[in-house]
Amino acid sequence: MTTEASIDVEGISVFFPLYHGSSRSLKKMVVAAAAGRLAKDQQQRIVVQALRDIHLKLRSGDRLGLVGSNGAGKTTLLRVLAGIYEPVMGRMRIQGSLNALLDPSLGMNAELTGRENIRLRGLYNGLPNASLSRLEDDVAEFAELGDFIDLPVRIYSAGMVVRLGFALATAIKPQILLMDEWFLAGDAAFLEKARHRLEEMVKGADILVLSSHQDEIVRAWCSRVLWLDQGKVRADGPSGEVLDAYLGREPAAAASAE
Amino acid sequence: MNNGATPLARTAVLEFEADMSTAGRHRLAVEDLRGGLRLWRLAWSLGWLDTRLRYRGSMLGPLWLTISTGVMVGALGFLYSALFGMEIREYLPFLSLSLVLWAFLSSLVSEACTTFTEAESIIRSVRMPFFVFSIRTLIRNVIVLAHNVIVILIVFGIFAVWPNWNWLLILPGLVLWIADGLALTLLLGAFCARFRDIQPIVNSIMQIAFFLTPVIWKPEQLGTGAAKLPLNPFFDLMEVVRAPLLGHTPGVLVWVGAILFSMALWAVSWALFIRARGRVAFWI
Ligand SMILES: Nc1ncnc2c1ncn2[C@@H]1O[C@H](COP(=O)(O)OP(=O)(O)O)[C@@H](O)[C@H]1O
Ligand SMILES: [Mg+2]
Repeated sequence: MTTEASIDVEGISVFFPLYHGSSRSLKKMVVAAAAGRLAKDQQQRIVVQALRDIHLKLRSGDRLGLVGSNGAGKTTLLRVLAGIYEPVMGRMRIQGSLNALLDPSLGMNAELTGRENIRLRGLYNGLPNASLSRLEDDVAEFAELGDFIDLPVRIYSAGMVVRLGFALATAIKPQILLMDEWFLAGDAAFLEKARHRLEEMVKGADILVLSSHQDEIVRAWCSRVLWLDQGKVRADGPSGEVLDAYLGREPAAAASAE
Repeated sequence: MNNGATPLARTAVLEFEADMSTAGRHRLAVEDLRGGLRLWRLAWSLGWLDTRLRYRGSMLGPLWLTISTGVMVGALGFLYSALFGMEIREYLPFLSLSLVLWAFLSSLVSEACTTFTEAESIIRSVRMPFFVFSIRTLIRNVIVLAHNVIVILIVFGIFAVWPNWNWLLILPGLVLWIADGLALTLLLGAFCARFRDIQPIVNSIMQIAFFLTPVIWKPEQLGTGAAKLPLNPFFDLMEVVRAPLLGHTPGVLVWVGAILFSMALWAVSWALFIRARGRVAFWI
């Protein structure tokens, strides 16, 4: 790996137009309306302003934590950094290999066997055939699949599915690691085992962007914290300072978003 | 623990600005196509898995389709050869070829509509070239086509239609089919992601086209009207593959039509895709 990892984000905004009237967007619209986030764009469509004028510059070694109440825009910002949502305003440049842990069951198909799911994940990442079998060994070992590896995921125990999902998500080591909050949830016994693997991955990454409700984790892992409030940056600075401010105001902020 | 896991292969540089010029959007769309082709093994696996999961639990799998196509060709063949007063040995090879090609085309068009919406969970959790899903839709339909080709082979065998050098003339035709198929998945995939009620409309259009195109009936039956048939894009596309297999050479007009219509389809699809590409994630 020769290129230096870097993230440069200048004044980006993300608006969600509300199409289809599906129950999903309807629910989000109600939430957003309550928070005063609805607006109209140039074409007079109703949009949710999920992110407004975000500036961010990260270099190798940076560890950024995202905090903010529900609906503040943390997941949306991670999706923008992952290149999934292209912003409607501003510009950005992301350099380096990237892995976004956003969806616990990404591309997992319950009808396929464990082995097929592992190979498929390797293919999603464009791995050559040679590394597919290594990926298989690594994931099967961590998830303790044993003989189940050639059986459909549908018949796995719940714990096994969680382990497989986690092992798959953490099997490929990126320069830029983006992690959403679901990733640190889970029962204690599993977390014990998972933590070691996760810490290794975090240590190996050049840049970490982590969204979390658990302030001890943010404090331990991040050197800088970005506090998002209704899609805007409320504070940005050393993790201790921003977290203290955020936690001091947390009850009020959470109450206004609910 | 095994630490042999490999780093993410794609060390990409991701760069964009909002309100991009057409050239900027064009560059990203070309990158999408390239990225999709680079991930052809993924598209191939997804296409196969789709087929396998669709026929999960059935012993014959996609061969069921072959059987039902065979029954349809047989039944329609005897009925229409009597109705049209045509020799069965002449009509059945034509019909089997026509029906199998049309079945491919209409199911491809219909599935093109869900190319992006069916991949929603992936599109929303990882940046993935959209073209991967186009290739997947195409491959899935080619697999079904390959099963149906058995019917053609059996009919050709029964009526002693043997391979000859003329068959090589279908190669340029197949290239057009692949190109048009991919263009359709981009066009309809993006369009139907934005407007959800398009698919039934597309299906009805294909139904009408089925009757207006010589699939069951032969072009000669139109008499003098047959000269206007090259204006029907479906006819041109069918002819460039069908005619060589039946021992004719497609007319110059048919070729000109097939190429012009394909170019127009790509132009429209591309114009839409470069605009829609960055928005599809918001639509699904
Ligand atoms: N697909 C979508 N359609 C419409 N609105 C959305 C969509 N995704 C997110 N939003 C809105 O964007 C805002 C930010 O959401 P999100 O990034 O998920 O917040 P967080 O992760 O901080 O809880 C919310 O108001 C939410 O309702
Ligand atoms: Mg979230």
